[in-house]
This record gives sequence, C-alpha cells and structure tokens, in this order.
Amino acid sequence: MTAHEEGETLVSLTGVNKHYGSLHVLQDINLQVKRGEVVVVIGPSGSGKSTLCRTINRLETIDEGTITIDGKELPAEGRQLAQLRADVGMVFQSFNLFAHKSILDNVTLGPIKVNKQDKAGAEKDAMALLERVGVGKQAPKLPAQLSGGQQQRVAIARALAMKPKVMLFDEPTSALDPEMINEVLDVMVQLAKDGMTMIVVTHEMGFARKAADRVVFMADGQIVEDAEPEEFFTNPKSSRAKDFLSKLLSH
Amino acid sequence: MSTLLDNLDLFTEGFKNTIILFFFSAIFAVIIGMIVGAMRVSPIPAARAVGTVYVNLVRNTPLTLILFFFALGYPKLGLPQISFMVAAIVGLSLYTATYIAETIRSGINTVPVGQAEAARAIGLDFGQTLSLVVLPQALRAVIPPLFSVLIALLKNTTVAAGFSVMEAGAIRANLSERGEPAMTGLLWVALGFILLVALLSLLQRYFETKWKVAR
Ligand SMILES: Nc1ncnc2c1ncn2[C@@H]1O[C@H](COP(=O)(O)OP(=O)(O)O)[C@@H](O)[C@H]1O
Ligand SMILES: [Mg+2]
Repeated sequence: MTAHEEGETLVSLTGVNKHYGSLHVLQDINLQVKRGEVVVVIGPSGSGKSTLCRTINRLETIDEGTITIDGKELPAEGRQLAQLRADVGMVFQSFNLFAHKSILDNVTLGPIKVNKQDKAGAEKDAMALLERVGVGKQAPKLPAQLSGGQQQRVAIARALAMKPKVMLFDEPTSALDPEMINEVLDVMVQLAKDGMTMIVVTHEMGFARKAADRVVFMADGQIVEDAEPEEFFTNPKSSRAKDFLSKLLSH
Repeated sequence: MSTLLDNLDLFTEGFKNTIILFFFSAIFAVIIGMIVGAMRVSPIPAARAVGTVYVNLVRNTPLTLILFFFALGYPKLGLPQISFMVAAIVGLSLYTATYIAETIRSGINTVPVGQAEAARAIGLDFGQTLSLVVLPQALRAVIPPLFSVLIALLKNTTVAAGFSVMEAGAIRANLSERGEPAMTGLLWVALGFILLVALLSLLQRYFETKWKVAR
C-alpha cells in the first residue's frame, strides 16, 4: 500500500471529448477514481470503453478536457509522457507480450530501460512477480509457448513491474478460453485486495461483484450510470442499462 | 585452371576489393536503411517526408549515375577528396539503403500494432519502442528479402569496376590485357561470385533458424 491517504483522487477525467472523424466517441466524460478504488467499466461493444482506457495513458489523444494522474496533467509528448505511462499499467485483451523476448525479459524490459534498474535486481523482482501470478516456472520460455491464461498473467506481471499507481485492464479475459478466465480473474481479485487502484473494462459480473467498488456503465460514448455493483446489477436506473444487463444475463 | 593460377594476383586483388566494397557498403546500407525505414513510420511528418523523398529519389536513379556522381561530380564540389574506393562505398551504401529501408518498412508492417502499444504502455519512448521491440521482430520477418538485397549489392559491386576500382568485375578486362582467354577468365569470376553468394545464403539460413519465432 502507498503511504498516501486513501480517498484522494488519483485519476481524474474532466469534460473529456474525443472524435474519430464524425464519430463522437467520448462525450463529455467526467470520472474520478480514488486511490485504492476498483472501478469496473461495462457497456455494449463500440460504446467507447477501450478508447476511454487508452486516453488515460494517452495511447489516444483527446480533443477537449483534462486528464490528471495523481494531480499531474498528462504531458503531451516525450520523456515526461513516457514517465507518466510508467505510472499507469495497462493490460490488453490480446496480451501483447513481446513475441521475441522470453517471459522473464518481457517483465524486466521496462524496469531496466525506463526505470534504469540494474539487470540482476530487475530479474529478482520479476521472478517474484511471476511467482506471485503463478507462472514462475515459465520464465525462460517464449510467449507463444504459454497458454492464453498464462500469457495474460505474465502481462499483468509486466505491468506491475513498473510499480504503477493505477492499472488499466481492457477486457483482459475476453480473448481467453472459458477454463482460463478464472486463473486471470483470481490474480486481479488478489490485486484489488492488495489495494491497487484499478480501472477494469469487463463483462465478468462475478469479478465486478467480488472486487469492484463502483460500476460505470457506458453507452454511445457517454457515462450513463455510475453506481455500486450490487445497486447497478439489481436495480439499474436507465433503460439502456436494463436492456444491456438482460442481454448479458441471457447468455 | 592455368588462367586462374597464373593470374592469382589479379584474382585475389579483385575479390579482395569486391569483399571490402561489399562488406562496408552492406554495413552502412543496413544502418542507413534502418534509420530511413524508421523515419518512414515515424510520427513526425518532417521525418516521414525526408525518408520518402530520399527513398524515391535515390531508388529511382540508376546505380551507374549515382556512382558517376560520386566518382566524377563529387570531386568538383570542393569537399575533402576521397578515393574511388570510398566514393564507390558511399554510392553503393546510399543506393542499397533505399532497398533495405523499404524491406524493413514492410517488415515493420508485419509486426502487430499491439506490440508497439504494449511497449509504449510500459513507458518506452519512440526510439526504444522501435529499437527494442518493433525492429527486432521486423528484421526476423524480412530475413529472406533482406538477403536478396544484400546479394544484389554483392553483384552491384561490379558496377564500381567502371569507376577505376579494381574489383572482381574488372578482372576480365585486366586478363585480356595479359592476353588470357576472356571466356575462361569470365567463368572463374562467375564461380567466385557464386561462392560468395553461397556464403551469404548460408548466413541467411543461420539467421532464419536462429530467429524462428513462433507466434
Ligand atoms: N482508431 C479508430 N479510428 C476510428 N474509429 C475508431 C477507432 N478506434 C475505435 N473506433 C470506433 O470508436 C467506437 C468505440 O470503440 P471502442 O472504444 O473500441 O469501444 P468498446 O471498447 O466499448 O467496444 C467504435 O465505434 C469504434 O469503431
Ligand atoms: Mg473494447
């Protein structure tokens, strides 16, 4: 846990707007995430969830509004931006492990190149992280030799190795075979218990109920609802959310 | 056989210079090619523009003209004088680099965008993303076409013969001055090139097996 006080805002989006050509993909987004909070983002495909995630570490730029991490506005480009990105861990739907590097090297690359940690220390820390997510034995292998569930846990370890202040997950289990979903969710639940600030795009209601402090429902580029998980799942206010949940449950 | 043995001095001198030309041109071409290939995918419009102009200008100019420029035009520019050998290396490097750049660019396009995004997400800057994550994978994907370019470079070194560089392509002319049968000399030179290309192919095979990356 950090020495900082819980309850202060860590991630803040104010009046954020973004267009893809004529598509208004993010419409006046306001979202505050407190230190230690776990926020699940849910919503139909194409509603802008991935885009929202990607703007938070500036993989996508925004047209309007401000985004701050720990009180600092996102720098435009260059070194400072790279440094800020290191504060924001990101886990992708398709894992995106570096295909030409061993599992261990995947995890140590950032600490060595960005944080200038020495190799031995980085490897020691990386091994501890890989053990923590249950893939220590795979360290010398290449990503393609691992199952999807194992790869995604390595991706989580790789992000954690940068000691981020907040972790973003964009549908981390959507590309996984059903039998591997839980091994990844278990790691994420543990991470939430350990106090990590997390923004998680997922349709896994089990995870949302177990680990989330809030559920944010997005539709057509807007935040339509922002509520506690139990409240949202049992008593959604908007018709869009009711509609969405009924489809989700019928699966 | 006697044509070869009686004129071994010519053959060794010729192929030595061919190998020197090839070796240095290959190194510079690969370095310049990587930089230009990277410029062509860079987020900076000016870098992209310079890369594009360079590739299109130099690639569309016949090699002979480029070597002409460095052998005959360059000395008139009032810059420090360079030997024909150096001029040939510069010309061959700049010319071959355009092909290397295009090959590398096509390799970069085979690397899934997620790789670069993951690299940026852990805080690597553009240069690090390119050199540590994208280029190593791009190179692996283009080993065969890259070696085709290098083999073409090896054969292009003979063009330098026309510019007073005594390399293997010039052996035949020197042989006829010594009254040797032209055809036999030519065959020996061809055999020499085939051997050098075979060496390159072996190197290619080595890299292909070493860097076989499962996806
Ligand atoms: N790079 C892009 N260029 C143009 N349109 C895009 C781009 N990325 C996403 N979109 C569009 O933006 C909308 C929101 O996409 P996304 O954020 O991926 O939604 P979600 O993750 O909720 O499914 C979609 O309509 C998608 O087609
Ligand atoms: Mg998405």
